[in-house]
This record gives sequence, structure tokens and C-alpha cells, in this order.
Amino acid sequence: MTAAARFVGQRVPRHEDARFLTGRGQYVDDIPSPGALHAAFARSDVARGKIVSVDTEAAKATPGVVAVYVASDLAHLVHNHKVDDEPPGRERPFRLLAEGDVRCVGEPFAMVIADSRYHAEDALDAIVIDIEVEKPVVDPVRALDAGAPLVQPTATSNVYGLIPAAENPALEQVLGSAPVVLTETFRQHRYSTVPMETRGILASWDRVRQELTVWISTQGPHGVRGQMARVLGIDDSQVHVIMPDVGGAFGLKMHPHPEELATVVVSKLLGRPVKWIQDRRENLIADQQARDDQATVTMAATADGVLLGAKVEFLESAGAFPSPGGSAAVFSTVLFPGPYRLPVYGASAQTVLTNTSGRGAYRGPWMIETVAREQMIDCLAAQLGIDPLEIRRRNVIRAEELPYAMPTGMVYDQMTAYETLEQAAEKIGYSELREQQRRWREEGRLVGIGMSLMVEPTAIAHGWMSTDAATIRIGPNGRVDVAHTGASHGQSLETTIAQVVADELGVDFEQVRVLQGDTDTTPFGPGTGGSRSAVITGSAARLAAREVRAHMLAIVANQLEASEDDLEIVDGRVQVAGTPTKGMAIAEIAQLAYAAPAMLPPGIPLGLESQVRYSPESFVTWSNACHMCVCEVDPATGAVEILRYVVSEDCGVMINPNVVEGQIAGGVVQGIGGVLYEHLAYDEAGNPLAGTFVDYLLPTATEVPEIEYAHIETPAASNPGGHKGLGEGGAIGSPPALINAIADAIGPLGAKVRSQPLGPADIVALIEAAGDDVV
Amino acid sequence: MAESLVRIVVNGESQEASVEDRITLADFLRERCGLTGTHLGCEHGVCGACTVLVDGAAARSCLIFAVQAAGSEVTTIEGITGTDGALNNVQEAFRAEHGLQCGFCTPGFVVSVTAFLRDHPDPSDREIKEALSGNLCRCTGYQGIIKAVRLAASGSQS
Repeated sequence: MTAAARFVGQRVPRHEDARFLTGRGQYVDDIPSPGALHAAFARSDVARGKIVSVDTEAAKATPGVVAVYVASDLAHLVHNHKVDDEPPGRERPFRLLAEGDVRCVGEPFAMVIADSRYHAEDALDAIVIDIEVEKPVVDPVRALDAGAPLVQPTATSNVYGLIPAAENPALEQVLGSAPVVLTETFRQHRYSTVPMETRGILASWDRVRQELTVWISTQGPHGVRGQMARVLGIDDSQVHVIMPDVGGAFGLKMHPHPEELATVVVSKLLGRPVKWIQDRRENLIADQQARDDQATVTMAATADGVLLGAKVEFLESAGAFPSPGGSAAVFSTVLFPGPYRLPVYGASAQTVLTNTSGRGAYRGPWMIETVAREQMIDCLAAQLGIDPLEIRRRNVIRAEELPYAMPTGMVYDQMTAYETLEQAAEKIGYSELREQQRRWREEGRLVGIGMSLMVEPTAIAHGWMSTDAATIRIGPNGRVDVAHTGASHGQSLETTIAQVVADELGVDFEQVRVLQGDTDTTPFGPGTGGSRSAVITGSAARLAAREVRAHMLAIVANQLEASEDDLEIVDGRVQVAGTPTKGMAIAEIAQLAYAAPAMLPPGIPLGLESQVRYSPESFVTWSNACHMCVCEVDPATGAVEILRYVVSEDCGVMINPNVVEGQIAGGVVQGIGGVLYEHLAYDEAGNPLAGTFVDYLLPTATEVPEIEYAHIETPAASNPGGHKGLGEGGAIGSPPALINAIADAIGPLGAKVRSQPLGPADIVALIEAAGDDVV
Repeated sequence: MAESLVRIVVNGESQEASVEDRITLADFLRERCGLTGTHLGCEHGVCGACTVLVDGAAARSCLIFAVQAAGSEVTTIEGITGTDGALNNVQEAFRAEHGLQCGFCTPGFVVSVTAFLRDHPDPSDREIKEALSGNLCRCTGYQGIIKAVRLAASGSQS
């Protein structure tokens, strides 16, 4: 018998909040670190060139400096830089510090260790580097040119990853014969992830115990542990990683970077604690970046807008030093068909190195496929004179077609894209809105309506990402501790996992404490990323709670000479259903379980503890959503104002609707920011042009619309709670919905939108270019 | 590097130290006073995570040198919270409306909103958004934050 849901589904206020609201959160820079040395990195101002010399003598003499290192001082101390699950074949470009050449602006070439951060940064100014400047390659398209500058001097081309187009005669036949065939190229500019807390690490090597303790801003402490052990060539058991509170990551903090590895190496070298806190300029110009990709789509359809097939060529810039998993090409190529019937499909992809900061994971790293597909659907609709809602209705997979196998071989066991499309259309009042739009246009107002449908592959269970675990311990006082593999950094797991466990155990939500982030006390696991936590970590906690619940029922049944089937747990008390006086409080059961082994029935483990490691029933748990956006463009200034924004989403059973909507909102606004404001631009010499928040514009409260939510809750078949992930969907669905709305707004002027960003000057330029075409 | 003796009243307690003239107020609060609730998100005065009250006015402690704040009364997030640890009405409203996720920007928002509602007890939506526009949040999309300010304002009205 499973407890009735009392907390799951409720908008329970968060356990996390009190400490964050009062300044009692403890992030890595807040960890007391008496005697710690501080690291600072000297970085290249040149995108590509040969290092002639590096002179650190003057820097070594500046006040407070303990050491200054260049590549040759440290490179040999790195035994193995690979992360868990990194494929052995492809060599990822990697080095702690630049040696021989520099490959992007911001690449570190020297490291200062001093008694304070002020002194460390002072010393940077005294380091002199002489670089023989060479012409860089910045644009991924140009990186493919014959004779393009080579990012890796020893390579023969800049191609870092290649997914070749497969022979597909059926596709070629469709593209050659279909009534309508369109080809367009859709491009996305470069974004930066910019969590509000930058990267940071405090590493402390103990020479006596031969152990490393690391506090790090990360999404996965166990992955850090393994990597740091490999870097130093020591055993995992010599490394203790502690993830304190983490101020956002969005994919950026999945893996440590050279600066963090260098900090660990130097701590061991000096036998002292060393701290590195990345500053915002470093975060903007030298951390992993995102997007900077494009897709050329050829799509075939009938005259009625029924899709017949599609061919897509993807291209992404990996920068000079991509992160492990920095390429999203496999996902982009597989996921492009989305929620539509697409009888034949073929895709290819190239990942190229450029003299820019490396590509990393950022919320929906593969989302160019949705951005390109949803724009293409609108292009097709415009060409055929079909309404964008109507063309999606004609092509979206319906419930009666499930399970549905995509042409890529992936199978949707569930899909409610059609239901979300209709729900969003109804919520926004689509028909009336189109009528209103006609009147607005007559008044000369440029109001556009855009939409997108998206499918999110969540909780991917593969390789080292296959499992999560949770340990439940009920103490002798009856209180519950849950230690899990996750690494919540804003996702609210202290609250949502407590909701799940409280329901399973029949205890109050306040009685459940959720612990994470310490490799000494939590089970091994991949951490939080890939929208996996509710599905995989949450299920591990749920099943562990069920085991402990079963132990408690068995103990009480034995004690009261009752049948387990007659027992229920109400408010922390196991009792005979209908006879509340006959029962035991959980604390009483716990005391028996720990202190009176003879009183337990045979076969029941001592204590009230359980650990379950879990892998979902399916390799992917699909969720899906529809985004609709109404915006107005000022033709004089090019400014975009979002008038309405509706999201209908299906993430299965919601544990906490506040958290679900918070995840959607955060993703949507990141997408809006990317389309309208954020641009990590480079000039032709490879100089990043946005080194501050004055240049890299994040949305603020004045720019965001009030997001309207609608939910469809189709319980997932993949896991016992019926949950689906949704952490990334907001950032996947919002760019195309907004782009399509802007395109719809300025379409009547003849303007075509095929790339972003769409800042005021970009939109004015599009409108002016359209005017030129008309003339 | 030249040092000066500064005395600043922080959260009601007098703090006196000899500091380099270039030490920011934020670093003074975090490192000399151990008040790490004041966070550094950009160190160039845009993100607002380091917002504190200087003589009652919201200010970015990353842009002020400690010596400039000498003789002032400074209130940090730790001082805004009651000594018994209870949340005030602004903090309660953020909690009720899910106005925070990772929590890093949160102290700056709470301090800014506290000052704003003191001066504008009955704000319009436009005023709320303008008041919040000096603080950056990367997690919430500002949805819960705007609602929290509305809720806190309605609470302070009643």
C-alpha cells in the first residue's frame, strides 16, 4: 500500500529558502580558508599566435607573491585530464596553460600564487609575454575554408567532429519530387552561460594524510573527485570533494576546467590550501560558451503543408578548447524531427575548432534543431499561405499514433505535443488574437504571433549517467535523512525530494532532511544535469523510502501481532487502519530497530536504513511543450516588446508546481535574453567584445513578460512517480517562439529573419534591407 | 600600499580596522567582518548581488572603498534579518512566491527591495520593475521576484 500524496503536487515552500534569504547560504567563496593562497591567471590578449617568450621575474618580486608558474612548470604534473565517460578515441584539445602558441583570447598562459587575491592580481600586471601574432579564424563557416588558419597547429583541418550524411535514396527521391521544397539556413550567435556565481575552487592538499580536500562550485562532486584523482595520479579515496551551495550553473559547471585543475595541482605542489575565484571578466571572455551554430534545412511538403521529408546540415563552433561533451551534434541530428510526422529524414553535422573560447554545455545544448525546425515550419506555412497553428496541427503526432518511431530510430512512448498546442492556443485566445492582429496591422502596428513545439529528451540514462542513488536513514528520533547523488544548484531538490519521501513514509515534510554534495557521505553518481533529477534521483529516493516503509510495517506487524496489510502510516505513526490507538510512533519503531534486535521479525534488516540505486525503465523520458508569444516591434527603433507569453507543458506528474514553473520561467527568460540582448560577439581579430555586464546584456525585470502557464500531466511510464524532466525545455522552446513572433511582426514589411541576435539595430537593418528589396 | 584606519558601524556594531585604501567595502564586509551574505556577482556595479544599505540608502558595496564608508552605518543582509533568525515580510514574500532558486543574487534583491518598499510603500507595477532592474537574476526569470514585491507591498499596506 502506497501512501496517498499529501506533499507531491503541492506548492510547498522550499527548505532551501531560509538560509538563502538571510545570507546564510555558503558558496565556495564563503568557505572559511585561513592561510589559503590565492591564484590568478595571466591570459592571452591575442587570439592566435606563437609565444616567443614569457617573463615572470618581475612578477615573482611583487609583494605577497609565493610563486608564478608557466606551462612547463605544471604540465608534467597532470597525469590524466579526462572526465568520467569521456570516449577514449577522440583527443580533446587540452592544456593547463598555453605553451608554444595561444589559441584564443583569454587562454591562460601563467598562474600567480600570492597571499591575497589583490596581490595575485597585482603580479599579473608585471608578467610580460611576447607573442608573434597570427591571423585567427573566428567564424565556423570560414574555419572550413581550404587554407584557413589551423587552430591546432599540428592538425590537418579544423574539423573536430563529423557526422557524415548517410546514403538515403528515399530522401533524395522525396526532395527531388515533392510539390514544395524549401531550403533555408538558420544561424544562432554565441551566448554565454553566466550563472550569477562564477566558477570557484578551494583546494587543500594534506601532505601528512596524503589527501586532497576540494570545495568547488560544481554540478557533480563525484565526477570532480574522479577527475582530480586522475589528474594527480592518486586514488579516488584520497580525494574528498565538497560541493557547497552553488549559485547556478546551467551546464557550465558539469566539469572542472584547466584553472580548477591547476589550482589542485599547485595545492599539492605547495602542500597548502589554494583558492581561485573566477571573476566576471574571466567568466565572459574565457569560460565555456554556447550556441554559435547553424542548420541548413531542406524541407519537402505537399501543397497542403503535410511534411514529406527533411535534410539538415548542422555546423557548430567548438572554439579552441571545447569542454568534454561540448559538441551537441549527435543530439541535434537525432532530435530534429521533433514532435512531427517526418517520413524520411537525413542529417549531417560538422563541429569545427575556431580561435575563440571553447564550447560547453548550456541548457539544451542541442537546441539549434528546435530553433531551425520551428522557423522552417513557419517559412513553409508562409510559402503555402497556411496559418502556423494549422500547419502544426496537420503534422503533429497524435496520441493514437503512439508509440511512434522517429525516422532516426528513437521511439516516443508518450507525446502530447498536440494537446499542448491546443491548450496554449486556447489559453492565448489564438483565433481572436489573429483577428485583433489584422486590426492592429491596419492601424500600422507591427504585432506578431509566434509559436514553437518542442520535445525534450530528459533523464537520459546512458553510461555514467545511467543511475542515481539515495540512502534513507531514519534516526532513533524518528527523523529522516536522505543522502542522494544529485547536486542541486537552484533546482530545489532539498524540497522536492523531501516531498516525495514524506509521502512514501507518511511523515511530515518538515521531518525530512535532504543531503547532497559530499563525496564522503553521499552515494556515487553523476550529479545534476540533463534534466534528470526528478526522474532518476527522485525515484531512487522514492524506492529507498518504500524499502524502509516496508521494514517499519514488518516490525510493527510483528510487535502488535497485526497483518501488515491492515497497517497505515498517519502523521509519523504506524497504526492499524481504523484503530489509531493501536500503533507505534516512528521514533519508537526506530528505537526497536537500532537497540532491540531481538524484537525484530526474522529477515528484517537491523536499523531503519536503505539505499537504492535506480535506472529508469527507458533510456529517455520524453517531455514536451508548446510556447506561444505575442510581441510588438517598434519600426522606428527596432525595439521588441513582448505582450503575451504562454507555455503549455507536460512534465508528467508535478512534484511541486512552483518549482516546475520556476524552471520554465528561468529557461524562457534565458531564451528571450539570447534572442534579444545577449551576444558574446568577437571581432575579426578574435577579440571578445563583451567583457562586462555593460556589454553582455542580461534581461532585467523591466524586459520580461508575465509568463502564463498551462499544464498537461501525463504520468511517465519510465519511473514509479510518473515524473518527466523539464529543466532545459524553457530555454529550448522560447527562442523559436520569440523569433517566429518577431518574423510575423515584420513579415508584412518583407523582412526575413534567419539569424539572431535581434537587437534594435538588427531589426532596423532587417526592415531597411526589406525596403531595399521592394525598391 | 597606503593603509587607513576605518570605523564603520556594521549592523549596529562598530567595526574598526586598518585597511588598504583599495579594499572595497564588499571585501571589508566579507573578509574583515565575516559577513559573507553580501555576494560578488560582477565586481563592476551591474549585477547588484553586493547591495547593502549605507546610511539607509541601497548601494553597491563592490564600487565603494571601505575608506569611503568610514563613519557610515552599513546594513547587510545579515542585519536585515531579525536576531532570532525569523524572516521579515520581504523575505517571507520571496519564499511564498518562489522568488529565488540558487539563492546567489537573493541577498542583493532582499536588501534592494527592503529599501525600495520603505520609500515606496504602495508601488505601481512599473515602479516595482524599475526598482528591480538594478539587480540581475539568472534563475527565476524574475517572475517570482516581481510577485514577491507585490505581495510584500500589499502586506506592508495592511
